[in-house]
Amino acid sequence: MSDHAHALETSTGLDSRKLAIWTFIGSECMFFATLISNYLVNKGKSLVGPFAHEAWTDPTTGNVMEPIIEIPLVTVGTALLLFSSLFVVLALYGAQKGNRKMLLVWLGATLLCGIFFVGMQVYEFTHFAHKGLTLQRNMFGASFFVLTGFHGTHVTIGVIWLATMFVLAVRRKLPPERSLNLEMAALYWHFVDVVWIVIFPVVYLIR
Amino acid sequence: MATTALDQQHAHAAAHGEKTGLWSWITTVDHKRIGILYGATAFFFFLLGGVEALIIRTQLARADNNFIDPDTYNQLFTMHGTTMIFLAIMPLSSAFFNYLIPLMIGARDVAFPRLNAFSYWVFLLGGLLLNASFLFGAAPDTGWYGYANLTSRQFSPGPNVDFWNMGLQVLGVASLAAAVNFFVTIINLRAPGMTLMRMPVFAWMTLITQVLLLLAFPVIAVALILLMFDRFWGTHFFVPAGGGDPLLWQHFFWIFGHPEVYILILPAFGIVSEVLPVFSRKPLFGYAAMVFSGIFIAFLGFGVWSHHMFATGMGPIPDTFFSLATMLIAIPTGVKIFNWLGTMWFGSLQFKTPMYFAVGFIAMFIIGGLSGVMHAPPPADLQQNDTYFIVAHFHYVMFGGSIFALVAGAYYWWPKMFGRMLDEGLGKVHFWLMLIGFNLTFFPMHFVGLNGMPRRTYTYPKELNLEALNQVETVGSFILGLSFLVFLINIYKTTRKPKNAPADPWNGATLEWAIPSPPQEWNFDQVPTVHGRDPLWELKRQRGGPLPEPPHTSGAGIHLPNPSYWPLVSAFGVASIFVAIMMSPKWGPWGIVAAVALLFFGIYNWLFEKGYSEFRTPSHGGH
Amino acid sequence: MHLRTAAARRYAVVLPLLGVLALALAGCSRDQYPQTALLPLSDFARIGDDVQDTTFYWALGVFILVEGALLYSVFRFRGKPEDPEPSQIHGNTTIEIIWTLIPALILAAIAVPTVKGIFETNRTPAGAMKIEVIGHQWWWEFRYPDAGVTTANEMFIPQGKTVELVQNSADVIHSFWPPRFAGKRDVFPGRETRLWWKADSTGLFPGQCAEYCGIQHARMAFHVRSVTPGEFDQWIAHMQSKGPKAPAAPAAAPAGDSLKTASAGAKVQGPGQDSAAGAPQEAEYAKGEKLFMTKGCMGCHSLQAVQAPKGLIGPNLANVGARSHIAAGWLKNTDENLERWIREPQAVKKGVLMPNLGVTVEESRALRAYLRAHQ
Repeated sequence: MSDHAHALETSTGLDSRKLAIWTFIGSECMFFATLISNYLVNKGKSLVGPFAHEAWTDPTTGNVMEPIIEIPLVTVGTALLLFSSLFVVLALYGAQKGNRKMLLVWLGATLLCGIFFVGMQVYEFTHFAHKGLTLQRNMFGASFFVLTGFHGTHVTIGVIWLATMFVLAVRRKLPPERSLNLEMAALYWHFVDVVWIVIFPVVYLIR
Repeated sequence: MATTALDQQHAHAAAHGEKTGLWSWITTVDHKRIGILYGATAFFFFLLGGVEALIIRTQLARADNNFIDPDTYNQLFTMHGTTMIFLAIMPLSSAFFNYLIPLMIGARDVAFPRLNAFSYWVFLLGGLLLNASFLFGAAPDTGWYGYANLTSRQFSPGPNVDFWNMGLQVLGVASLAAAVNFFVTIINLRAPGMTLMRMPVFAWMTLITQVLLLLAFPVIAVALILLMFDRFWGTHFFVPAGGGDPLLWQHFFWIFGHPEVYILILPAFGIVSEVLPVFSRKPLFGYAAMVFSGIFIAFLGFGVWSHHMFATGMGPIPDTFFSLATMLIAIPTGVKIFNWLGTMWFGSLQFKTPMYFAVGFIAMFIIGGLSGVMHAPPPADLQQNDTYFIVAHFHYVMFGGSIFALVAGAYYWWPKMFGRMLDEGLGKVHFWLMLIGFNLTFFPMHFVGLNGMPRRTYTYPKELNLEALNQVETVGSFILGLSFLVFLINIYKTTRKPKNAPADPWNGATLEWAIPSPPQEWNFDQVPTVHGRDPLWELKRQRGGPLPEPPHTSGAGIHLPNPSYWPLVSAFGVASIFVAIMMSPKWGPWGIVAAVALLFFGIYNWLFEKGYSEFRTPSHGGH
Repeated sequence: MHLRTAAARRYAVVLPLLGVLALALAGCSRDQYPQTALLPLSDFARIGDDVQDTTFYWALGVFILVEGALLYSVFRFRGKPEDPEPSQIHGNTTIEIIWTLIPALILAAIAVPTVKGIFETNRTPAGAMKIEVIGHQWWWEFRYPDAGVTTANEMFIPQGKTVELVQNSADVIHSFWPPRFAGKRDVFPGRETRLWWKADSTGLFPGQCAEYCGIQHARMAFHVRSVTPGEFDQWIAHMQSKGPKAPAAPAAAPAGDSLKTASAGAKVQGPGQDSAAGAPQEAEYAKGEKLFMTKGCMGCHSLQAVQAPKGLIGPNLANVGARSHIAAGWLKNTDENLERWIREPQAVKKGVLMPNLGVTVEESRALRAYLRAHQ
């Protein structure tokens, strides 16, 4: 997949594939901006609970539903996701310098963080469902699951992409000349992280 | 043995490794072939949309008519709009982007040839999915803009809206992939010396259009996804009973929808900006103004969306903001028209067929632009909105604008693409029939609308006295249809001619006229170096006369990308995901899983395609 | 086809222009269009009309200038291939500035009355009478909250007094458009919108739904009946007499005043004014009254104008006999049409929520007689 001879002849000096991933990320920013604004527009529009940050008493049964957002687990996942961006930078450095051990260790660490994050989300979704928050239950459920679900899907795609890079590295097919492929995956990974940096306060922290 | 022109072409192609036959078209990654695929497919859909329009006009020719029943009518007007916007004008523009951009910027192909093929196949599959709905008697029937909550499961229980939703999402993938590709191509693959401000204006308009696509399509993708969740998985985003808001759909839709209309017109602006100077024999007046007004229009285009919503009662502050922003956007648009006039003024106008259509474009677009300004004030728009006055406006800008320009482009670049000139006589007949038919159809609509005829109505009562003008419009629409019959005859006649058009039949100013008609697979023997705008005029000026006919060469030593079928496989993956979602009530989630697996299979093989890193050279014929 | 002679060129320009002019003139004889927006009959409509006139005249001026310049250049600068190359002008900054500023100034001139009009139309004048408009697939419900009266598809208003419409939908988005009196205002489920006007004169004026709302959007019309304030009060009083008790038999229905006042100007084809011929009509009426219950009409329609139940699928029929049109504002309210509508609604208006109830021809006659008595 390398094409470095051609890459030097571009109008900007940048490899076209790097430009492409930035362009794609720009478009994806609009995608998430729309999903996030959908979440914000629907804030407070739920007709029944459970709500995110307040308790809700069912008027017919008198049953009280506690606020459903639980910060601790998500905070750990957030921290790990943030660190994973650092890890992937270190992995990329290793790839560019031809240091296979460094590449494998830090790429592995990135993957573990990503897998943990996805696992955390899956746990959170099932936990919420048990407590009565589903897609259909209220506007909060609908907006929450669609927004975080699409983000989680993007993380999963990122995990698959990085796992593919990992397998290539294991098979010694990721030399410095091919490091652009990892750089593209890393850029995507940073994007997914940045989107979470917006989602986390908007959904979990701000009331 | 007498050899026909076709035999000679085949021999020539085979000797230079350019395959012929169906498989070579299915696996092609050549931007020129992809451009022709886009053009032919889009033209077919355009004719289909035209037939839908003629049936509509037949129904409307008489008051209280029952030529077709209301259900059929509602499907027809929905499909007419959806087809013309997404399956005709946009891909016709793509045909020109594909064919011309690499040639105009001096490149051998786009940045990602396989992604280019992928975009085409996804587009084709999306168009087929949308039209497959007719086979089930369930074509989309809630308008091309699908307002909630009519589109909810409660009020539209059948699969019509789902066909629309899935079809548009598939098409969105095609557009986004192509937008990334062309954005990178224009930014990154220009010939040495071709700075951005030396690019042809068509390249600039294309670049701006890609930015609009990249930023606008994600918004409608989200809107369609939310609608999909409402209809399939019980959410209430647009359903008031569950806390949702139908007006939210309108906001999301028009935040996409308004930039979309600039996506439809900017390529047309670009085409006319290429044709006018050549047939005026002087450069485009005000190049910088043309570029910056295009950028300004695109930027402002994201700030006017609620002018489609003046009747919703948003209140005086939003009304004022969007009204003033809409007026503001008229300024750069006007600047463009004046610059085109400035190009013609003091020129030496050569009235060949492309020039007829380009001038026709300006004449019709002025009318459409002015009626648009008339909608800008909400107090006036409250009468005009949702009437035939609006139908008149957007047909003047989309047909009188985009279609006239695209046809001008077709006549202009036909010799370059196919090596044959379209017939001038038939071209002029096409023009006059089209101009007369178009105005007869759409000019009366201004009056019909303001005199009481709302949109999207399958009939109207005799009491309203709207029949006479409606009949005039119907007659006009058939004349318009006839004009395209003339075009088809012209195309057919031209295919029987020998492939001997010169490289530069029009005395062109841009790089595509420096190479043979049609170009060889690798476009340029040597990547040219550019020293200014209108590089070919500059070259001819230096030589003191026309350039010699460029020779056909062997292309030895030139690297070309190999053909591949993985883009097609991946395209099937994309389309099948949306079909599987639509069938998920019956098939459960496993259809979606299988479709995703197909997509991954296609993508993995695409990325790891054996032997792909070894580009082929023309003399070796490829694998 | 080549326009070689000057005469041919002139014809090619003049004839199409004449054609366009003819079309324009055809559209300009506005009186022949009952649903025209170009003959405002209220203060609200006049605000929009004035703004539209302003933009139109500016647009016309620009059109003549720019289109004229285009046509002029087509003839003046026509060249032959052998002509010398014209001067290679690239642009002119001064001209660019001029033709950017002039449109900006024109738009500013349009913006001022526009903003004024926006704020004026968004402010309901004081002392307006409220009328509730509820959009249904595919008919219009009108409620007069101050009087406690409900009706459908024909809206009575008092001339010379401001009315304010408070709008909601029972199902999907509709749009209320009475062009002689006002531009349109969309009608939403779960969100209220408002429209107001003060009618200049009396008369019967058609309007239509102007937001695509499903299969029979095209047949979701209505009428506004503007009457003198005195007539309006009489109509309200008449409607207020249509309470929850059983409606009176035709012999008791006064064959005089209330019929005339209720339908000023309309042709009323009701039961004979001559109460001497009451007996056969009484029988038809009684038969119709029974059928109205046994056929299930009561499930969707109410016959009382006062305390009419909310949320019914079908229009209120308290005064249906006197309305100018039926089936939501487009079918003339003749005996024949009414009978056919009752008998085969799906043939008359396919997809309407009123099912074919298996009504025979005789039954439809009786039902028609019964409904015709409801004036």
